[in-house]
Amino acid sequence: MTSTHAPVHRTRSTSVPAMVTRILVLGITLAVTVFIAPVLISQQSWMWLTVLLLSAAGIFALYSTKRFVPGKYLFPGTFFLSIFLILPIILTVGYSFTNYGDGTRGTKEQAIGSIVANSVQQSPDAPRYAMTVATTGTAAEGPFELFLVDPDDGTVYRGDTENALEEVPAGDVTVAEGRVTDVDGLTVLNAAEVNAVYNDLIELTVPVDDSSAVRPLGVNQAFVGTTVLQYDEGADTITDTATGEVYTVGLIGDEEYFVDSDGQRAFSQSWLQSVGISNYERLFTNPTVAGQFFSAFVWTLVFAAGSVLLTFALGFALALILNDQRLKGRRIYRSILIMPYAIPGFISLLVWSNFYNQEFGLINQTLGLNLNWFGDPTLAQTAVLLTNLWMGFPYMFIVSTGALQAIPDELTEAARMDGASPLQATSKIVLPLLLVAVAPLLVSSFAFNFNNFNAIELLTGGGPFPDGSGRGSTDILISMVYRIAFGGSGADFGFASAVSVCLFILTGVLAAIQFRFTNVLEDVN
Amino acid sequence: MQIRRKSFLALGGLAASMTVLAACGGSDSDTGGDTGGGASDGGGAASGGGSEGRLVIWADEEKAPALEPSAKAWGEENGIEVVVEVVPGDELQTNFITANQAGNGPDLTMGAHDWIGNLVQNGSISPVQLPADVSDTIAPIGIEAVTYDGQTYGVPYAVETLALFANHDLTDAPTPGTFEELISAAEAGGAENILSLPIGEEGDPYHMQPIYTSAGGYLFGKDAEGNLDPSDMGVGKEGSLAAADKIAALGEQGVLKNSITGDNSISLFTEGKSAYLISGPWALADVRNAGFEFTVSAIPGFEGMEDAAPFAGVNSFYVASNAANAGFAQQFMTDVASSPDVAKAMYEANPLPPVNLELREEIASTDEHVIIFAEAAEAADPMPAIPAMSAIWGPLGIAQANIVGGDDPHPAMQAAGEEITTAIG
Repeated sequence: MTSTHAPVHRTRSTSVPAMVTRILVLGITLAVTVFIAPVLISQQSWMWLTVLLLSAAGIFALYSTKRFVPGKYLFPGTFFLSIFLILPIILTVGYSFTNYGDGTRGTKEQAIGSIVANSVQQSPDAPRYAMTVATTGTAAEGPFELFLVDPDDGTVYRGDTENALEEVPAGDVTVAEGRVTDVDGLTVLNAAEVNAVYNDLIELTVPVDDSSAVRPLGVNQAFVGTTVLQYDEGADTITDTATGEVYTVGLIGDEEYFVDSDGQRAFSQSWLQSVGISNYERLFTNPTVAGQFFSAFVWTLVFAAGSVLLTFALGFALALILNDQRLKGRRIYRSILIMPYAIPGFISLLVWSNFYNQEFGLINQTLGLNLNWFGDPTLAQTAVLLTNLWMGFPYMFIVSTGALQAIPDELTEAARMDGASPLQATSKIVLPLLLVAVAPLLVSSFAFNFNNFNAIELLTGGGPFPDGSGRGSTDILISMVYRIAFGGSGADFGFASAVSVCLFILTGVLAAIQFRFTNVLEDVN
Repeated sequence: MQIRRKSFLALGGLAASMTVLAACGGSDSDTGGDTGGGASDGGGAASGGGSEGRLVIWADEEKAPALEPSAKAWGEENGIEVVVEVVPGDELQTNFITANQAGNGPDLTMGAHDWIGNLVQNGSISPVQLPADVSDTIAPIGIEAVTYDGQTYGVPYAVETLALFANHDLTDAPTPGTFEELISAAEAGGAENILSLPIGEEGDPYHMQPIYTSAGGYLFGKDAEGNLDPSDMGVGKEGSLAAADKIAALGEQGVLKNSITGDNSISLFTEGKSAYLISGPWALADVRNAGFEFTVSAIPGFEGMEDAAPFAGVNSFYVASNAANAGFAQQFMTDVASSPDVAKAMYEANPLPPVNLELREEIASTDEHVIIFAEAAEAADPMPAIPAMSAIWGPLGIAQANIVGGDDPHPAMQAAGEEITTAIG
């Protein structure tokens, strides 16, 4: 390496397009950061804010100078790997130790707020007033006062949180079409302004008597209502002011709820809590769940391996046949064979699902059979594999055709000269050479089918369910997790996360084994 | 880059909650893109959906176009821009809960009344104070449906329930008085299938409910105040076992078939391959186009047993608990509850049986079928809205499907009962 080369490199790396690109990238990074940071702060999503700031800082540190050349290449991959792969895994693991799910999504404060807010009861006989909001201050800040017109007799009242309702002398306000439109010395808010401060107005309850108060309802009405439930922060209890019953925090199962004096759950709202390892306990100690998990795992392996082997066998066989020079119209055959691949998978799965109908399905009708395809576990599994074969063989066919054309004919010819039969030539010469190219694709096809949710859900929906349990005979792990997460009593993300973590570990182990397998193949070569 | 960041934030939130269920998580965030509005795509968008000055309503693909013109007209009258955003019906509820929790959901949403239990336990909706004279404007089933734990949470606009369709070419009894009469009339008429009622392998408790209730089955008992009591769950109890026996007998007779599914039940009837069909108002359009004479009537019960009580599903509006325009949202609810304008415009675009009494009178002479459904709904039970209901569908459906397929009825129904009890916890 001579010294004259170095300056050339340097000038190239600071060429105008490179400079412009760098400025653009850094500028966009800065703009995005400045744009999103306040949003994240307002949403209090501190974790994403940290991620955002760290990655922005990383981009600046790496790309604004000429140093860290390896870093410049490593960063994009690492960034997306950690955001899209590692972070979700960490979050999943985190959620698997909580009760996150329907009824437990928010904080305790949110649950209490919802319980109390839902207890507002309208007084049955009280009038519904036409409401006008007025203020001595500004329309945005208040203080606000309500002017109410009784629709029955046209009496005008005024009041706010401190001052109970009092009748307004007729001269002080202008009433038009049954509502107050103007108040002497006060600013009247229009509908949009009322809407803008509505959350403050809800707090503004004008006492009518000991228990009930006038509350705004919409932008121009008010009703008389009572908040039946009151939360006592000191005692951490909710009191029913109508019956005097006190609800305390108590454990139902391993989750906290507000319970009545008998320890029964009083409200369905709960909050996000840590439940330790109880999700995993449920998975491993509950015999039905553990049993289902195991049988789903076995079927998943059979399904994924079976799909790969069958599709490859058929695809390879067809590719071999159509690779024969003596065959005429090979192009047409090839195009026809690729057809299943060209139809969107969703559609073909739904169409196939109707083909298998015992009474009205195409298959039984055409073949004159009466097979209960989706009612019998073994037949349903066969149907799933057959359909997946139809969906998957064109891919293997294309791949094998490509790989076959890369294998020189001389090799087969030489083998034939040496006295090998066509079968021997194919299995001893062509197949091993082909596998070197195709094996990684087989592995990825296995991984794909291992989590091939659509193939199961759209075809059989997991069914049949011979023992009446939640796992159907054709449910693979991922579709079983889906059933667990969204079946039962609403969504149970915590438990589903625990199952997912186990699934992740399983897939990881399988992937490791597969890599060993492909390495072995390459070593042979 | 900017867009990618935004959708990645939305996706991140979903990924967090949906964990590795990539399939579902992905489709959820796709929804955001489809709706086009800021509301659903804005996991990290600054404005979110219900930004101030823009009243955002979520509705499914069928109801949104029907709602849009009248909602916009309402907005113009009241001085706020109204935006109706389409969210696919099967994802609407979960997306609404997630978006509302994140603070970028809509101000109002439309949905079935049986969501209320789940929406309340997630703190996603605010109660609604219906006008005192609401019983003059809205049918009782509508008010009953949106009342949950003594509080009203929504304003109903349409009601759906099941009824019996009869093909005059294939039966001489277009309005059979009993289920037995239905069977013998269809057999006499020589129909390929007696009754088209979707079951499949997973079962369909919604469509099976008339048969299940007529034979004595129930899902939840009621407590002293008339609220549904999840601790009194009827699957596996005596009545349900009687129903299981009936279902098994019908399965053996070939009246109920696993091969009839949600995909083919309506088409079997319209193609003249079934004498009767049990379905809802959504089947009306297809049946009318089929070109034969038909009658819609209430579903009969078994002879000497209870009346058949299908579920009634009431479509309603709800106010989001985190609505940015709660004032206008509540205003909208009050107006829809007291005036038939919005419901009427929606009926004209998408004729579902209305709950508004004034509108019902108006259409009584022009649309007899819709009115039959509306009347049938009055005799129906509102679908239970309590969260425990979601534990029922899977096991009960599977049990019913297996019984039709020839499983021993009592153990199958009892096993389903045990599974549901465990799930409710």
